[in-house]
Amino acid sequence: MLRFIISRLLQAIPVIFIVITATFFLVRAAPGGPFDAEKVVLPEVKRALEAQYKLDLPLYEQYFAYLTDLAQGELGPSFKYPGRSVNEILFSGLPVTAELGFYALLIALIIGVTAGVLASLKPNTRQDYIPMSLAMIGICMPSFLLGPLLVLVFGIYLEWLPISGWGSIPGDKILPSITLGAAYAAYVARLSRAGMLEILSQDYIRTARAKGLPEWQVVSKHALRGGLIPVIAFLGPAFAGLLAGSFVVETIFQIPGLGRFYVQAAFNRDYTMILGTTVFLSTLIVLFNLISDVAAAWLNPRLRSQLSGGGK
Amino acid sequence: MTTLQSSESADLLENAEMGASLWRDAWQRLRKNKMAVGGGITLLLFIVIALLTPWLAPYSYEAQNLDLGASPPSAAHWLGTDVFGRDVLTQVMYGGRVSLAVGFIATAVALLIGVTWGAIAGYVGGRVDAVMMRIVDILYALPFMIFIVLLMVVFGRNVLLLFLAIGAVEWLTMARIMRSQVQSLRQQEFVEAAISLGLSPAAIIRRHVIPNALGPIIVYTTLTIPSVMLLEAFLSFLGLGIQPPQTSWGLLISYGAETMEEYPWLLIFPGLALTTTLFSLNFLGDGLRDALDVRGSKD
Repeated sequence: MLRFIISRLLQAIPVIFIVITATFFLVRAAPGGPFDAEKVVLPEVKRALEAQYKLDLPLYEQYFAYLTDLAQGELGPSFKYPGRSVNEILFSGLPVTAELGFYALLIALIIGVTAGVLASLKPNTRQDYIPMSLAMIGICMPSFLLGPLLVLVFGIYLEWLPISGWGSIPGDKILPSITLGAAYAAYVARLSRAGMLEILSQDYIRTARAKGLPEWQVVSKHALRGGLIPVIAFLGPAFAGLLAGSFVVETIFQIPGLGRFYVQAAFNRDYTMILGTTVFLSTLIVLFNLISDVAAAWLNPRLRSQLSGGGK
Repeated sequence: MTTLQSSESADLLENAEMGASLWRDAWQRLRKNKMAVGGGITLLLFIVIALLTPWLAPYSYEAQNLDLGASPPSAAHWLGTDVFGRDVLTQVMYGGRVSLAVGFIATAVALLIGVTWGAIAGYVGGRVDAVMMRIVDILYALPFMIFIVLLMVVFGRNVLLLFLAIGAVEWLTMARIMRSQVQSLRQQEFVEAAISLGLSPAAIIRRHVIPNALGPIIVYTTLTIPSVMLLEAFLSFLGLGIQPPQTSWGLLISYGAETMEEYPWLLIFPGLALTTTLFSLNFLGDGLRDALDVRGSKD
């Protein structure tokens, strides 16, 4: 098991390194310097600015300077907001996005697993078709459509819930969380249904039933653990999707989170901010994939014994 | 020599027959799946409309009527008009052309790269395979959504780049599927027979491997198109995808969302068009998977 974790960690390092390098050179290759947009900047001022941001150095020196800063956890100053560092901006947005993502994931897991398990218990009946049709809608209804529609219905027509903001009016966290979580609830429902169907046909489930265990115990004690492995394995990629989804949801609901900062930085051509955010988010995503892979392997007894057995 | 030839031709005949009945079986199964057939028909209808839009559209794409402004659906404008008095039906039809084109072209890019890459890796095997699949593994772990946003920022928002960027993301799974198919096919006797007869690897891949690997590829292609269209709409919604004066369903949804309070039809109709298309493609893909009996197409 330890060896598995270490080998996955070793795979993650080159990926993160490629991300940093590719992002750095892509951003530097972008046409137009960051200060070209400024109305009229005196040549001396421009030179001073470029020196301050190390833009006057040769490219490879800039790259190594950036790597050195990065190794110390320093993402550099923002081009657009002088006096604020990328670190500050990231860490002001991170808690908001983390909370939003957490609620969305919670909604996805609770609704998704419940619907998927219920559907798997009575396949090809109404108890299967209804949640699975809803799941299909969830998959085909993108967040940037679902969000405005929810706002229209619950915010504007019914006036039940606030339509924007985060943490300022009670209830304003509900619509964004649902908007972000809905598609994942749908995926989780499909995955847990498929996983459960496979497990429920296994011999050890028949044994458990033959022992006379009540059905809910068969499901909760024996089937769930195996049936939900695909869901655990999905959480890594889902995390990446949730982050991307937060771009849209935070834009729709005007939430001051990482996703909105990223999109704004993209529009403002705030290169250090784009660079810093990309490196930061990518590292997070790679680490999350790692964690979810390890968790899925650990939950799967067959894979676990294979991994800890030491057999190559 | 003659015996070898006759047994070979008998083998070929048998394979051909099995192939034909496999496809016929699949077709029979697919026809029974109402959702898949409905999806297929809807999709076909949308494609025909998209192809014939310049002739079918009730108004010209640029036509404005500033005096009329935004008006709800009426006899003259079935889906209403936007704030510039432009006909929504016309906008949705032209937007659909772009959205569908992105979906199909980017998927075709992914298909071409993925199938070639996977076929070579699986067929050659050994160290070449290890290196090629290692590259796929590394690319797989990259957070591509973020990279596409980055690309659109750095190189400006042009449609060609959008095709390439999206296609470049989606080929990875295609390569994996193709490789595993080729690997298992490579050990089949009829492929060994073809090798011993001196057929070139390219001919073997073209004549024996690709037709046999077609099932999973078709299923995965059908399921890739909606995810590509979703990606395009996502980027367009953020303002990083299709740019005016061109339009797409994602862009129309983003405009619609801005004014939905006063003019909800500007949001609802493009949204309906996109959702219906995605529905159709997903149902068709699921139906094809069941019909062709492809298991675990995700990986």
